[in-house]
Amino acid sequence: MMAAIYSIFKKELKGYIQSPLAYAVIAVIMALAGYFFSVALFTSRIAEMTSLFMNLAVILIFAAPVLTMRLIAGEEQDGTMEFLLTYPVTIPQMVLGKYLASLTLFGAIIVLTFIFPGILLSLSSPDKGVILTSYLGFLLLTATYLAIGIMCSSFTSSQIIASVSGFGILLLFWIVGWLSGNISGPLGQFAKALSISEHYGDFLRGVIDTTHIIYFLSIIIVSLLISMLGVAKRAWS
Amino acid sequence: MIELSNVTKNYGNKTALKGISLFVKRGEILGLLGPNGAGKSTTMRIITGYMPPTSGNVRVAGYDIVKQAVTAKRFIGYLPENPPLYKDMTVKDFITFSAELKGFKGKEKTSRVEKVMEEVGVGDVKNRLISHISRGYRQRVGLAQALVGDPEVLILDEPTVGLDPHQINEIRQLIKNLAGRRTVILSSHILPEVSSLCHRVAIINKGKLIAEDTTENLSNALMGHQEINIQVKGPKEEVLLCLQNIPGVESVCSDSSGEDTSVFRVTAEKDKDIREKLFFTMAAKGYAILEMKSSKMSLEEIFLELVTEEDAVSSASKEDDK
Repeated sequence: MMAAIYSIFKKELKGYIQSPLAYAVIAVIMALAGYFFSVALFTSRIAEMTSLFMNLAVILIFAAPVLTMRLIAGEEQDGTMEFLLTYPVTIPQMVLGKYLASLTLFGAIIVLTFIFPGILLSLSSPDKGVILTSYLGFLLLTATYLAIGIMCSSFTSSQIIASVSGFGILLLFWIVGWLSGNISGPLGQFAKALSISEHYGDFLRGVIDTTHIIYFLSIIIVSLLISMLGVAKRAWS
Repeated sequence: MIELSNVTKNYGNKTALKGISLFVKRGEILGLLGPNGAGKSTTMRIITGYMPPTSGNVRVAGYDIVKQAVTAKRFIGYLPENPPLYKDMTVKDFITFSAELKGFKGKEKTSRVEKVMEEVGVGDVKNRLISHISRGYRQRVGLAQALVGDPEVLILDEPTVGLDPHQINEIRQLIKNLAGRRTVILSSHILPEVSSLCHRVAIINKGKLIAEDTTENLSNALMGHQEINIQVKGPKEEVLLCLQNIPGVESVCSDSSGEDTSVFRVTAEKDKDIREKLFFTMAAKGYAILEMKSSKMSLEEIFLELVTEEDAVSSASKEDDK
């Protein structure tokens, strides 16, 4: 059971490490993050990372689908799905192995961003609690993006369509909260409840609310379940 | 070992398989034949669990391929028509990955991978990316992947396509060596290949199984009588008379004749072997038999006969429907 997940995880992670795309995406993320971090620091002269975490969340809307698009759509495109599905591997094992590989890659990116709080700590004394809750929020956010990315990859055999639909869905989840400013009543409340930015924002303010954690975890679980169904449906039709 | 009962498959409203039942014994090599689009690949994909049948069921080594998928798949090695390979992996990495998914670990895994690479002859390209190796090598890597789990059941869809004659020979030899220990279903367009490798053939046309037997039995069944070609040295008319008087002989016709030899085609009843009698009759008369050959239908002829017969029947019944 675990062995199959681990084999697929290893294979996908190796695929990332050997692909130029992953390095290009990491380089872009880090360059932009460095830019946002230094601009915020030099203009405000406040030792905090809220604006960086906000900007990173937006950058990942574009970066996450690019790195997840291959995971399932690529198998379909290359015909290797026929390989995987005739092996003693279940669809949940396959999806989980792939998901964990993408999560590990982004975990590495998160570790790379530790340089920013490192700089702040060496220069002054930022609020460590807020940085820690921000990182928790950022981790949950990333995990959610990746789950949605995999889900989009499971609908199609085109990697381009997988990544474009990934951007679309993530962007929609990000901006849907803006509706609540314009619409009052239950619809506005609903939009707010659905919005990633609303739930993410509290972590950046130093608040850990189980509602938010449940929100992110449910999107992850639902997306992964839909991914599994997506693979099963295409193989079984 | 492999059991299909009344398997059907629809793609949307197109019917690909119309109720196929098939049984393959342990250790047997079955050849799957049929024109393009007849449903060979679909049948194989269903047996290997790539897709479920619309109705009916398939058991491999006693396990249902849909309900007990993971267990059943452990028994199967499958080489699809286009070998599915991860082009960005090296040959060795890919085969190792396959071995892991088949449940091998540690030392056992390493030795299994080495062994299978040697078996199919990809040792000299093992560190190259699959995207950089030739079609023939890819086919072998595909085969390595199918063999790595040491499966009891091998499903090979066109295993020799795209290979050069030398490689074809090697792969055939490999398949022959597997026989006895493993149960094999293989499809091929090359009919001599099927008749030389397979114990039995199953012919599929338009999603239906139209024949399933040994080549010999199919040939006998289709011919309806036995046919012997014989070349005899002696006066033509008298030899002809002699031949016609042998019991069991239905008809004799002379094909061609040289100065003092003639060639005859003798047809006789299906169940009676008249060759011995023929020999002694000629010997008693002092006519020398220079050549005697019992002619059987080749697999090509069987195949064409069955498939066209089937087409004729189905088009006739369509006419009736109108």
